[in-house]
Amino acid sequence: MTLTLTHYLVLSAILFAIGIAGVVRRKNLLMLFFATEIMLNAANIAFAAISAYIGDLSGQLFALFIIAIAASEVAVGLGLLILIYKKYGTLDLDKFTVMKG
Amino acid sequence: MENLLYIALFAPLVSSLFAALFAQSQKNLLVGIVASLLIGVSFVASATLLLELAQNPKAIHANLMDWIVVGDMDVRFGFTVDQVTAVMMTVVTLVSTVVHIYSNYYMEHDRSYNRFFSYLSAFVFSMMVLVMSDNFLGLFIGWEGVGVCSWLLVGFWYHKKDETRDVNPSISPSWAANEAFIMNRIADLGLLVGIFMIYWNLGTLRYEEVFAHLDQLSHGLMVAIGIALFIGAMGKSAQFPLHTWLADAMEGPTPVSALIHAATMVTAGVYLVIRANPLYSTIPEVGYGIAVLGTFVAIFAASMALVNRDLKRVIAYSTLSQLGYMFAAAGLGAYWVALFHLAAHAFFKALLFLGAGNVMHAMHDELDMFKMGGLKKEMGKTFLYMGLASLALSGIYPLAGFFSKDTILEVAFNEHTYGIWFVLWLTAGMTAFYSFRQVFLVFLGDERYKKYGIHPHEAYNWVFIALAPLAILAVIFGFWKEEFMHFATQMLPVYEMSEHTHHMVWILIIVTTAIAVSGILLAYFKYAKGLKRDPKVENSFAYRLLSNQYYIPILYENAVSKPYADLSNIAWQAIDMKVVDATVDGIAKTIEKGGDVSRQAQDGNLSSYLKWLTAGLILVTLIAVASVAIK
Repeated sequence: MTLTLTHYLVLSAILFAIGIAGVVRRKNLLMLFFATEIMLNAANIAFAAISAYIGDLSGQLFALFIIAIAASEVAVGLGLLILIYKKYGTLDLDKFTVMKG
Repeated sequence: MENLLYIALFAPLVSSLFAALFAQSQKNLLVGIVASLLIGVSFVASATLLLELAQNPKAIHANLMDWIVVGDMDVRFGFTVDQVTAVMMTVVTLVSTVVHIYSNYYMEHDRSYNRFFSYLSAFVFSMMVLVMSDNFLGLFIGWEGVGVCSWLLVGFWYHKKDETRDVNPSISPSWAANEAFIMNRIADLGLLVGIFMIYWNLGTLRYEEVFAHLDQLSHGLMVAIGIALFIGAMGKSAQFPLHTWLADAMEGPTPVSALIHAATMVTAGVYLVIRANPLYSTIPEVGYGIAVLGTFVAIFAASMALVNRDLKRVIAYSTLSQLGYMFAAAGLGAYWVALFHLAAHAFFKALLFLGAGNVMHAMHDELDMFKMGGLKKEMGKTFLYMGLASLALSGIYPLAGFFSKDTILEVAFNEHTYGIWFVLWLTAGMTAFYSFRQVFLVFLGDERYKKYGIHPHEAYNWVFIALAPLAILAVIFGFWKEEFMHFATQMLPVYEMSEHTHHMVWILIIVTTAIAVSGILLAYFKYAKGLKRDPKVENSFAYRLLSNQYYIPILYENAVSKPYADLSNIAWQAIDMKVVDATVDGIAKTIEKGGDVSRQAQDGNLSSYLKWLTAGLILVTLIAVASVAIK
């Protein structure tokens, strides 16, 4: 059995769904970060697979950019997380209700 | 000449505005004096115009300004003084001047003295607009203006409480004011429809142009216009079946009754018919209908006056009856006779009312004639004036009423409408009876008022000097009949009596005078020696029918007012509240509820925001997929 594009896309979809489920269900900010990383990587897989399938490199190029941006985002995001933890002593989302309407 | 016209027209307005400045403040004698003077100025200007017209019979026109100029429509604030207008202006301003001066006495102790003069002068201004306008729309403005002033003045003592019909047949001043206004509104619709029809078919509203182009109208259309205009006249002049408001309007102060509800405003309907004489001359069948209705009202109102005990109501019914005479004359084509009776009636009826005002003051606002009697001793001068006015009203030679009323009877005879003649003749007898029943009940007989602890007092001497012009005119006005006829017929159609009538004139005069005198004698024998009440008569069906005004007010209340109120209640409770209001409220409530529910989404929790975000994402994706799949 050879790996076809479908397999890659299914894997990407499953990962994306896992990421979404994490975003919706998790209450810990750190876990939310992990979930978004999973979603980003799901997108990367889809990009790379489709790029290889149609023989166009720009898709893989996009994937590289996303990896770079995700890395810098994590760096900034983790810094903010530490500040939030220092200020509130928790990372539980339900505790942050400053914007309640 | 134009300046005189404007002075006559606007002096009352200035007077009204001047008095209005003091409306909120304490009684100020200056207001009464200035108002009386300004109305007097208006009278002098009107009389000068009248004399000028007598020498040079050419109508004076004045165009104040454009009013409505839209497309083909061109209505101006135009005024004209011709013979009819000049007579009306002079009568109106003369009576108004006397009433203004008299009001200084009558309203002496009223806390709204200034306000009263403001309304009264505003009325004179509206009346002047009504009679001086040279087009139907200006007439309508004046028509509504006098209606509003009448409402304000009938309801002048608006703070009085409502009572039941048994205690006070008019219920209360504010009730009477509303009744008068609403009844007039109903009739005004007729007038308005008539004006619309004139404009629609002739494209103009100026009297001159309208009456010059009457031949363009079909006969049916003219009949329709004639009837519509007459419906308006019926309301203002309180003709059956819109008559009930006039008697109730007696709730207003007595000077108001004298000026508005006897001498001037109620004659506006007669003025309209006289003014539209070219129209009514071409449709004699409508004219005949007017004459029949007028005749009916004459005897109908006179019959109610026979038994009434209320001093002012008797005079009100007599006004109604005399208006019937005027309509009878106008309907039969004798327009100048109607105008002549209108002027004569204005003088003696205003005098009668103002005399009644003196009596009311003396009796501390008691109106029941059965509680008066023997007032001659205390109030000799009032007795003289009211006696004179009643003689004039009864049509006794040589007073004004004799000439005018007799001419109307001659006209009815001359037209071979013997039925009308007979009824009017009978009414002349009834008029004499009830007028003198009133005079004798009030001034002669036993002094019944003593039982009620009333100490009557005569009015000031200057009041009688102020009333003198009316008294003099009530006596001598009739002798100007020939001059009046020449003057008025320059504008109005000449009315010729046939040879046959000429031969009969003396017989007619004798017959009419005979029934008037016998009416007076009957009243004298019944009432002059004191009041003897006969319970058998007072409980008889006819007596109760008459004293309850044929039960017409009660009929109107049960057959019109109450069902209408019920209908209004249904419209309010069922339609307005449950359909219209409910729809509007429903929309508002849905939006409010929706906002309340969706507000929950804004809970400030990042997690739930993310859920919404995801839900949105999924939704958009689904839509995208679905749209691709459908394609």
